[in-house]
Amino acid sequence: MITLTEVLTLSAILFAIAVAGVFLNRKNIIVLLMCIELMLLAVNFNFVAFSRFLGDINGQVFVFFILTVAAAEAAIGLAILVVLFRERRSINVEDLDTLQG
Amino acid sequence: MFPTILFFVFAAALLAAALGMILAKNPVHSALLLVLCFFTSAVIWLLLDAEFLGIVLVLVYVGAVMVLFLFVVMMLDVNVEEFRRGIASYWPLAIAVAGFVVFAMINLIVVKHLGGVALKSAPPLPDNYSNTRTLGAVLFTRYAYPAQIAAVILLVASVAAIVLTLRQRTGGKPQDVARQVAVQAKDRVRLIKMPSEKRR
Repeated sequence: MITLTEVLTLSAILFAIAVAGVFLNRKNIIVLLMCIELMLLAVNFNFVAFSRFLGDINGQVFVFFILTVAAAEAAIGLAILVVLFRERRSINVEDLDTLQG
Repeated sequence: MFPTILFFVFAAALLAAALGMILAKNPVHSALLLVLCFFTSAVIWLLLDAEFLGIVLVLVYVGAVMVLFLFVVMMLDVNVEEFRRGIASYWPLAIAVAGFVVFAMINLIVVKHLGGVALKSAPPLPDNYSNTRTLGAVLFTRYAYPAQIAAVILLVASVAAIVLTLRQRTGGKPQDVARQVAVQAKDRVRLIKMPSEKRR
């Protein structure tokens, strides 16, 4: 049988990979957004695992809402990205320094 | 025994795909590897008896969100080489932070057993258990109001995405229906009285 320890360890490693991805791809906004999706997936893993092992369905309802908000976030983030590229012809994070004094 | 083997196979595939995603040179490859991550996660969720969420993950994420990502990645013509420059200097910090996260979590989960509440095995499910029915029974009763809010969030997000990307084109020749309707014959046609010329 799968134990809770294995699932939580898998989720922790997945989250760490996503954090490392944020550091490695800090110039590319698209891959940054993908890394955030990966982090949300790792968090959802924890919710599903605890929901199953504690026998409590409420955790899965929470995953449902996280999926909803993550989809909305991805849609708006990508829309902003498209507008940004139209204005600046670049999605490099280092080029986005208009707001610094 | 068989579910355990499946779990480890798909967990290995998931971690390999995640590593490939953050290391891929091309953002298109990153997006496709993230799709693989979602597929393998969906299988593991099925093994954890969360059938509804596993299928939702495939339908919503792979079917909608990642297709959106792929569209945007292919629409924006970005210079990939520019992003790879100087990546070597980010490695130490990335490994340090990721290593700290893994160390702290493994310490908590494996060594300290979550403060003594580590659960060995999942409680058995009844024979006629239906994950979708159980989830729906809670979602549409106790969480009916949050579900409405989630629906509003999705509506706002789709409206916001459309408004953000809407482009006002200049120089177009659109019809102005109000002016077309308001036009009158005397504005368009002018009758002139004009004597005919004499033949020479």
